[in-house]
Amino acid sequence: MSEATEIIRFERVSKQYPGVLANDCVSLSVRQGEVFALVGENGAGKSTLMNLLYGLQAPTSGEIFIKGRKTGPQHSPQAAMRMGVSMVHQHFKLVPGFTVAQNVLLGMEPRRGPFYDQRRAQERVRELSEEYGLKVNPSDVARDLSVGLQQRVEILKALRTGADVLVLDEPTAVLTPQETEELFEVIRRVVARRGMTVILITHKLPEVMRVSDRVGVMRRGRLERVLETAQTSEREIASLMVGREVLFDELRTAQPAGETVLEVSSLRAYNDRMLPALRGVSLSVRAGEIVGVCGVEGNGQTELAECVAGMRAPSGGQVRLSGRDVTGQSPRAIRRAGLSYIPEDRMSMGMDAKASVWENLLLGKQRDGAFCLGGIHLRRGRVRRYAKELSRAYDIRLSDVDEPAGALSGGNMQKVVVAREFSFDSPALLVCQPTRGVDIGATEFIHRHILQKRNQGCAVLLISADLDELFRLSDRLVTLFEGEVTGCFDAGSISREEIGYYMTGNREVKAP
Amino acid sequence: MGEIFNVLLLQNTLRTATPVVLAALGCLLTQHVNITNIGIEGMMLIGSFFAVLGSYLFSSWAAGLAFAMGAGLLLGLMYYVLVIRFQSDEFIIGVALNIFAGGLTVFLLRTLFGVRGSFSGPGIDPLPQIVLPGLEAVPVLGDLLSGNTLLVYVSWLLVPLLWAFIYRTPAGFHLRAAGEYPDALTACGKSPDRMKCLASVGCGILSALAGAHLSLGYLLMFSENMSASRGYVAFACVIFGRGNPPLVFLAALLFGFISALGLRMQRYVPSDITAMAPYAVTVVMMAVTVLWGRRRKASKGC
Repeated sequence: MSEATEIIRFERVSKQYPGVLANDCVSLSVRQGEVFALVGENGAGKSTLMNLLYGLQAPTSGEIFIKGRKTGPQHSPQAAMRMGVSMVHQHFKLVPGFTVAQNVLLGMEPRRGPFYDQRRAQERVRELSEEYGLKVNPSDVARDLSVGLQQRVEILKALRTGADVLVLDEPTAVLTPQETEELFEVIRRVVARRGMTVILITHKLPEVMRVSDRVGVMRRGRLERVLETAQTSEREIASLMVGREVLFDELRTAQPAGETVLEVSSLRAYNDRMLPALRGVSLSVRAGEIVGVCGVEGNGQTELAECVAGMRAPSGGQVRLSGRDVTGQSPRAIRRAGLSYIPEDRMSMGMDAKASVWENLLLGKQRDGAFCLGGIHLRRGRVRRYAKELSRAYDIRLSDVDEPAGALSGGNMQKVVVAREFSFDSPALLVCQPTRGVDIGATEFIHRHILQKRNQGCAVLLISADLDELFRLSDRLVTLFEGEVTGCFDAGSISREEIGYYMTGNREVKAP
Repeated sequence: MGEIFNVLLLQNTLRTATPVVLAALGCLLTQHVNITNIGIEGMMLIGSFFAVLGSYLFSSWAAGLAFAMGAGLLLGLMYYVLVIRFQSDEFIIGVALNIFAGGLTVFLLRTLFGVRGSFSGPGIDPLPQIVLPGLEAVPVLGDLLSGNTLLVYVSWLLVPLLWAFIYRTPAGFHLRAAGEYPDALTACGKSPDRMKCLASVGCGILSALAGAHLSLGYLLMFSENMSASRGYVAFACVIFGRGNPPLVFLAALLFGFISALGLRMQRYVPSDITAMAPYAVTVVMMAVTVLWGRRRKASKGC
């Protein structure tokens, strides 16, 4: 491997954004024919570095070489593609109403006279798909494809110009374990068969260990170290990413669960597009346990959470909280009945980003006599003292409680939401995507607090797209597929691969 | 009943429908790039004024069409610059354009022709009527298909042409991609804004032609607010036909039919009601579209 030729070189590359040094003097060389993993926490600068390579932005200083040729000041995605570098973005760029062939060849369609030549387009896509071993049906419509297949189309699109360097930005974030495995197969195949170079941006360490040859760890804009994957461990990479030892210990301690607090039975609901999103979901959460809901995104998790929290009216079924029927009641009534709720999108639902931190921490208690005189006058002094205490308890890093919550980092914003919701001491907790876009340090912190709540006898319903998180926290796991429960398992009785099987619609054979 | 349902009714249907067809064909271009353009009303009105102006000044219908198309082109560009370049709200700009059109034409009518309300005169050269030899002699069909003015045939030709452009050519794909998912277009090095500009200008020209048909087709005059909300009806037709030219054409024909029928029912029904009929039908059409869409989505999901 060490004899291999260099294909890409960054030389003392820096990128300065207003107020942030996103890349700080990064020097890195990628060899031809290797799978290079670029890891780091959110904001560590890995995406920025790749955007510079791909010509989406220009470096403030430093030089980038592709195949020995320096990229010019006019570097653009088109130029990058001409030099053989293609990138698959985290968010797919497919036109939903177009066919696979139309999407793959968008912008370079074969023509017959003034018209699009469908036959040749389909042939071309079929050739591409055979050449790289990425099976697709050229006449399928993009919107009907599964996420895994959409990604495959996106990869084909990246390969259509015969690229030999492929950059994949967080490719597994939305995939099931099976789809992830297939993607890795594809990566191994294009590397082995066509001598391609793959750069993988990720923060999932098990994946790094499985597919990469080398791994570059970034932290705060700097390239901390480049390691041979075979000679390192997840633990070493993680501590390089965070800058200190990370405890990957088993957080869970078994304890007997109490009586049922939250009960959902045969719940039905429609999504925003008036399609059935929940088709008779039943589950229950007892005091002192965490029930994790797994599923590929868009299989009803959002609607389930909204129905339970009172944000969406169910079309059938029941939600019971501490024995009381709260189906279809207002969010406020449901909160009063004993539910705290961490919504999946903190920016639009979890908080008011424009309001100050103290206002956000107070929300829900503003009518409380301790903070409000006669229901009309806010006792600011008390409120701010309370907000400061809470910030300290939840380690929210801020300069002042008066600063707008939107100015905080993602992790600290989420801590504001967590601090507020956990401060109600409700018997039931609905927690959605608690650590999405949150760095490892804050994730650890939030996880510990969720477990602490459970140990205090709280019933926790956890909805997450992150399997690692679900496996780490849950006492029981429920799989959701197209609005139906496909399985229910005790944690520890099922592997990730198996759960992926149920997440894709295969039903549990035996009764739960 | 024979007095109402005869060939003349169908003839009138075609005549009344044509401006709506032209404007709707323009509007569907902007619809495909995801711009809700309600400014076609104003574009139409300005088009009909400049058609009369050109035709009067040069005593030539061709000059009238050229004037109208020039005005439409400028309006389309202006709309593009304001909505896409300056990122203004498309509704506000559309409404502003409509109000501007009303004011501008009244102002120009006074300053250029020195009249109020309307301008007509022998100096205005009408659009030519085209007689299709052979067809002309066929009963009914000949009456319907032959002897219409130029723009009627243009509108008929445009329906299949636009359909082929939108659904069968790469440029049409880029147009739709610019509306459905512009990022996809940007990612492969094409500019969605260019497609939006193209659609906006195309819409301006077609709407202005619709206006030209109003003022030079049969009446040979320009009067204040002569577009009479046909622009909005065209917009409704686009929604009803889901942006697909043949369907949009049929929707516009339906509007024309109801209008023509209303005109002939005046003998039996108060004229207020008959005048209302086409607009009432438009509202019903919109309601049906929405309900349809909902049912289709729901049944697809099950």
